[in-house]
Amino acid sequence: MAINYTDIEKLAELARIQLNDATIAETTQSIADVLSLVDRLNAIDTKNVDPMAHPTDAIQCLRSDNVTEVNQREAFQVIAPCTKNGLYLVPKVID
Amino acid sequence: MTNDHTIHIKTIASIISGLNSREFSSVEVTQYYLNRIQQLDGIYNCYITVNEEFALAQAKASDKQRASGNFPLFCGVPIAHKDIFCTKGVRTSCGSKMLDNFIPPYDATVVEKFYHSGAVVLGKTNMDEFAMGSSNETSFYGSVKNPWDTNTVPGGSSGGSAAAIASHLTPGATGTDTGGSIRQPAALCGITGLKPTYGRVSRWGMIAFASSLDQAGPMARTAEDCALMLNVMAGFDPKDSTSINKSVPDYTLDLSHTVEGLKIGVPKEYFQKGLNPETEKAILEALSQLEKQGASLVSIDLPHTNLAVPAYYVIAPAEASANLSRFDGVRYGHRCENPIDLRDMYMRSRAEGFGDEVKRRILVGTYCLSAGYYDAYYRKAQQVRRLIKQDFVSAFESVDVIMGPTSPTPAFEFGSKSNDPIAMYLEDIFTIATNLAGLPGMSVPCGFVDKKPVGLQIIGNYFEEARMLNVAHQFQCVTGWHQQIPEGVKLSSENEEGVN
Repeated sequence: MAINYTDIEKLAELARIQLNDATIAETTQSIADVLSLVDRLNAIDTKNVDPMAHPTDAIQCLRSDNVTEVNQREAFQVIAPCTKNGLYLVPKVID
Repeated sequence: MTNDHTIHIKTIASIISGLNSREFSSVEVTQYYLNRIQQLDGIYNCYITVNEEFALAQAKASDKQRASGNFPLFCGVPIAHKDIFCTKGVRTSCGSKMLDNFIPPYDATVVEKFYHSGAVVLGKTNMDEFAMGSSNETSFYGSVKNPWDTNTVPGGSSGGSAAAIASHLTPGATGTDTGGSIRQPAALCGITGLKPTYGRVSRWGMIAFASSLDQAGPMARTAEDCALMLNVMAGFDPKDSTSINKSVPDYTLDLSHTVEGLKIGVPKEYFQKGLNPETEKAILEALSQLEKQGASLVSIDLPHTNLAVPAYYVIAPAEASANLSRFDGVRYGHRCENPIDLRDMYMRSRAEGFGDEVKRRILVGTYCLSAGYYDAYYRKAQQVRRLIKQDFVSAFESVDVIMGPTSPTPAFEFGSKSNDPIAMYLEDIFTIATNLAGLPGMSVPCGFVDKKPVGLQIIGNYFEEARMLNVAHQFQCVTGWHQQIPEGVKLSSENEEGVN
């Protein structure tokens, strides 16, 4: 499946990664190479095969609905780039 | 201070017995290793963070605990953690600029377990960025040099752990393996490493790359040491819903069993074009050694082997693109300077914080999961994954373990594959299938090609780590490959001793 600059720009937007104009050609080529490796999967028919999401047939562990975590806001916010009054600050979203 | 100048060649088992018999104290062993790290790590770059003060404080406390008479097995034994495991109060970078300033507020379960077992943590080892790589060249902190030949890579992503053990800068270290990241560097550095069954070891606090594939495991010089470490690491963790609630055996108990009658499956597909002929020779010699010890070889088929790498490069990037979306510059990690708006902050923080390989995998994963492509890629890869698992399930109906090469070639030179992602991805051709199937696998030194180590891969059935360790130990009882020391490392220890 061919992939072009426009596809890569769309992917970068979806993944929220700003691309470098100088290396976009190289990025496009390397992703095309990975996808052509992946296209080898089409060599076999998998029509009646159930997809396998997980290596073991584990079932979801459930626990009783009790509070198990204590509030550690201060410890967590010590490592945040920018906080104020216990809130995480980001650039203004709505005017 | 101890006069023992051979501490660095001792295994974990012999350090434990030396501590027990008071030949040396934990402070002495720890200081000895810290001195070596200071002296030699400038060459190898195995460590991202060395925490001398913290390690010595732990060593002092463990000596005190030992004196009290009531102490756990690893009391005072120095180890290192791959820098993917969160360590409370100690920077955990995951080899990335994104987390260069990240000091976790909690310990990973594996770290906590070693802490409770009394181990002393020398430091955090270097790795490919977010564990994405097979050469350690993607680390933000520079590549690790292979102690056997410093012009070659140590393998990856747990290359820092493997090289630290091979250069005798720690007797053991933790690693993680998503597609071969414990076994391939173990092979390339001539050490022993084990990736347990998926779910055997808790992933809690281990920075996620591909959640359905990631598994932590021990790396050391011998199978016996790996068994001791796995005893500490394994077990159910209520904080990781994918860890398995199954009792943990004592992995040292079966080590001395004979391998007589063992049926070893040898997959035809693991001896095909692309395998270095000298590597193949070393593997065949190792297999015939095991035959001499009473095992028998059975030729088997794993027909979907060649689809493992393509399936992996859909599933792993897809899971990575979801997992790495948390790095957004809001709560922790790198944030760009002066963002003009929220979108700009996300886009630039991630562009600046991630390296090329990580970005490539996020973009591939985003593509495979995006509308219109999901069935063609993600669903298809998950179907192939089942076929790969079935190959192994069928094979294990007639054999006890499967063996072959860990890696198609010995250590390669820096830069020789870093500009060709596909060539790099194919490095893991023999290791990736076990991650897709969730099976345990290990690598054991079994020879040399051009003075570079070769690893024998042992794949076990689900939860049969004890049997793999038994086979590996029996092999190590009659071979000396795991006891070889790289030339440069030997010289440095002589200088340290003043023997010239």
